[in-house]
Amino acid sequence: MIISVASGKGGTGKTTIAVNLALALGNAQVLDCDVEEPNAHLFLHPEIKETRSASVLIPEVEKQRCNFCGHCQRVCAYHAIAVIPPKEQSKGGVLFFPHLCHSCGACAILCPQGAIREIPKEIGTIELGSAGQVQFVHGRLNVGEAMSPPLIRQVKEFVNSTRTVIIDAPPGTSCPVVASVKGSDYTILVTEPTPFGLNDLVLAVEVLKKLQIPFGVVINRSDIGDDKMESYCRESRIPVLMRVPFDREIAELYSNGIPFVLKKPEYSVKFKDMFNMIKEEVAK
Amino acid sequence: MVICITAEGKTLDSKVDSRFGRSTYFILYDTETGNVEAVENPNIQFSGGAGIQSAQLMITKGVKAVVTGNVGPNAFGVLTQAGIDAYVGANGPVREAIDHFKSGKLKKADSPGPGKQSKGAKL
Repeated sequence: MIISVASGKGGTGKTTIAVNLALALGNAQVLDCDVEEPNAHLFLHPEIKETRSASVLIPEVEKQRCNFCGHCQRVCAYHAIAVIPPKEQSKGGVLFFPHLCHSCGACAILCPQGAIREIPKEIGTIELGSAGQVQFVHGRLNVGEAMSPPLIRQVKEFVNSTRTVIIDAPPGTSCPVVASVKGSDYTILVTEPTPFGLNDLVLAVEVLKKLQIPFGVVINRSDIGDDKMESYCRESRIPVLMRVPFDREIAELYSNGIPFVLKKPEYSVKFKDMFNMIKEEVAK
Repeated sequence: MVICITAEGKTLDSKVDSRFGRSTYFILYDTETGNVEAVENPNIQFSGGAGIQSAQLMITKGVKAVVTGNVGPNAFGVLTQAGIDAYVGANGPVREAIDHFKSGKLKKADSPGPGKQSKGAKL
């Protein structure tokens, strides 16, 4: 089963929930798909056994073959190519803007001269390892890289379907989140009982409904803020899977990079209960 | 020589559009014949690459100089490669911008301005 952990708002505790759930289950695999700012490793302290380069394909023009017909520029759906025909003074050229390219390959396939081939361009790295029983994979997007979904999809190629897979998704509601949660059997939305938490949770709920992924909510810092979160979940018939109080001990453990199930065994039971609830929800 | 002035409308009385890539119209003006052609910008709705493709349009149209408010980095790169000069800081009616261009009052850009300008909110 693949369970993704998402949220609209950042900083609600996605990684905390993902990591503690994995440790409570033991026989799990964590994929940190927040490739722009991965941090699950700070809590799992995995031993990295393998580092792989992740790349996407971009076009390369063979100048001798190009006759500046401009077909690549016209077929590029992402407007990433400009063709400058030669004139008396200048030789002409094909200008390519890699940050706009989506690696669709159209320019290479459709070039009438066969002058374009696709070459790999590194966008980040994927690291694989383990932390005790828990298997671990994460992606690290190179700084300045415009698009994270290609790397997120490559991280997800390492899904181990013999285990409970826990995907730590990035915050937000756009492409990186969709790329992360797509294909999940269930999504845990982590939120906090504040107007900000609720505002962004409602947006995340819309995304999951569109993707037709069943979901439930974990309310973090559940004893602060207001009661609008509880009433929203009740009225929208969204199951509240767990409530984690605003607890000094949990905060101190967090700040030391220690998942709280390791020091508070009663939570290990709560996470297992939550997992059983999710199994029942998925079976429905 | 054909120059292009970015404009909010179709005529010489229209205001100069301060954006290049997402300008509403391109007004092509022949400095020798005085001939005027208004081209609606087909690239406005692009989520990315509007500047690049507007620069491509300048190449196709045989434009030698662009008169506008600001040219972003991508468009500037294409224009420079194609040997098209960019004159920036123009505002007011297109007619006036043409006069300023002819009298040498406009500044020729030697580097790109900020990218992705949105109307009304200069970042």
